[in-house]
Amino acid sequence: MAHDPVATAAHVPAREPLAPEHEHLGAIALEVRHLAAGYPGFPPAIEDINLRVPVGELVGLIGPNGAGKSTLFKAILGLVHPSAGEALAFGVPVREARERIAYMPQVEEVDWDFPVSVLDVVLMGRYRAFRPFQRWTRDDHEAAMAALERTQLAQFAQRQVGQLSGGQRRRVLMARAIARGARLLLLDEPFAGLDAAVQHDLVEILDGLAAEGKAILVATHDLSCVANSCDEAICLNRRVIAAGPSAEVLTAEVLTTTFQRHLLTVPRTDLMQFVSSPGTAGVGGED
Amino acid sequence: MDAIATWLFEPYEFEFMRRALLVLAITSVVGGVVGTFVVHKGMAFSGDALAHSTLAGVSIAFVAGMNVSIGALVAAIITALGISWTRERARVSYDTAIGILFVAMFSLGVLVISTRTTYTPDLFSFVFGDILGVSRSDVIAAAILAAGLLLFVGACYRQLLFVAFDPAMARTVGVPARFFEYALLVMIAVAVVVALKAIGIVLVNAMLIIPAATASLVSSRFQRIMGLAIVLAFIASVSGLHLSYHAGVAASPAIVLSGCTLFLGGLGWRRWRGRTPRPAEARAAA
Repeated sequence: MAHDPVATAAHVPAREPLAPEHEHLGAIALEVRHLAAGYPGFPPAIEDINLRVPVGELVGLIGPNGAGKSTLFKAILGLVHPSAGEALAFGVPVREARERIAYMPQVEEVDWDFPVSVLDVVLMGRYRAFRPFQRWTRDDHEAAMAALERTQLAQFAQRQVGQLSGGQRRRVLMARAIARGARLLLLDEPFAGLDAAVQHDLVEILDGLAAEGKAILVATHDLSCVANSCDEAICLNRRVIAAGPSAEVLTAEVLTTTFQRHLLTVPRTDLMQFVSSPGTAGVGGED
Repeated sequence: MDAIATWLFEPYEFEFMRRALLVLAITSVVGGVVGTFVVHKGMAFSGDALAHSTLAGVSIAFVAGMNVSIGALVAAIITALGISWTRERARVSYDTAIGILFVAMFSLGVLVISTRTTYTPDLFSFVFGDILGVSRSDVIAAAILAAGLLLFVGACYRQLLFVAFDPAMARTVGVPARFFEYALLVMIAVAVVVALKAIGIVLVNAMLIIPAATASLVSSRFQRIMGLAIVLAFIASVSGLHLSYHAGVAASPAIVLSGCTLFLGGLGWRRWRGRTPRPAEARAAA
């Protein structure tokens, strides 16, 4: 393959510099206060959610299926109308900080039969504001190709998205989030259904992004990813059960409350080995 | 050679045939563009519903002595907006909302027609299509509607594509997804009205679905499908028109059946291609 200096560019240029007070490490990229949301006629899916995601950190949002992880993301982004509370990104309401936020939906939420190429999808991440007769700029193409390179998808750029495997589809959505050049990434179940090796690759990408100063919130029901990779963990089951550094939060007691079942009670180091061994599906139940 | 030339060009010595060809060309462009969205958004039922709903507008305008095409357009747009509104307010599925609005508007049309005691051939030309009855003002109206629609699609192509593919993500980056979902239904309404006089209420949806579906058998890129759908729609239109002229059959079903034949051809092509690896796939396998 011909060497392409654009495709091997290491980082994606962010178009809009952050206000300095929100740029430094330790600043709060995302702050959620007393957020509640749900669907009419049903009990609230999430209640009184308070959490913070600092700049430069990879934070795992862990909870069982139905815990409200996706609803929380949608409420933060305004896709579901919150019944109470608010979400601030870099100190301003989320809708005013759209250019600094990238969202990766669950892979099932996208129509993969749609006749668009991988590059087309990643370019969508570059959307800024409405201008009639808009065309993608050279910058947009460079950012999209750099994101594809980073997620090891550059050779599939022209392929129709439906021709990709499950793991590749997740990487396409991640590439789209990366191409946005955002400082805050909200990723919904990026690891679901992936084998350990592919998970490892994705985690490495996320670590690299966090090292560049991005704030990343990853929703997952996979304990191993959080235990091994995230700086901080937030355990969610309709409410925040516990939040803090992963090593402190992921105790047997917290996990039992979060997952509402008795989990393997083994010493922490053993737990990590257990949950990170290939072929083990995250949380093991012991009935 | 002369015989072929005569077969091809003789029909166009008549002005009504030239007008028919022109309105079919406009219909092909609009049908190809809107149909590609319709097919890939899974909105075939919307097209059919909007087509049938125009009967209300057509019959009311006819009875009131107003412009029938404008009546059709108003009815289709009311139905398009009503579908989205019903879906949001009544919290019913898209299909259900379409089903309710469709039968309501169609029933209204039939009800109004039933008040007329005499046979109304003009009205029935809208139901089954009357390509040879297309007037100069019909062509001008179709051209104006088509130009407006194409301008809108050109200006908002990226947003329309984004909303069609991933509406949730589109909303998170600030695309007014709900506006474009309404806009897509209005686009279908406009496309239906452009083709209505020539093709008729009963078959007009075919001009949206068949060419785009056939093009999708051949290509997997949105813009290419759109371009190819326009070409295929025009080929079907010309074939059907000639069939109608030379065999003395109704034009509208002849056009639709020509389109269906192309679709079968597309299926055959795909099967054949399925057995022959594409160059890229052959390389990957090596």
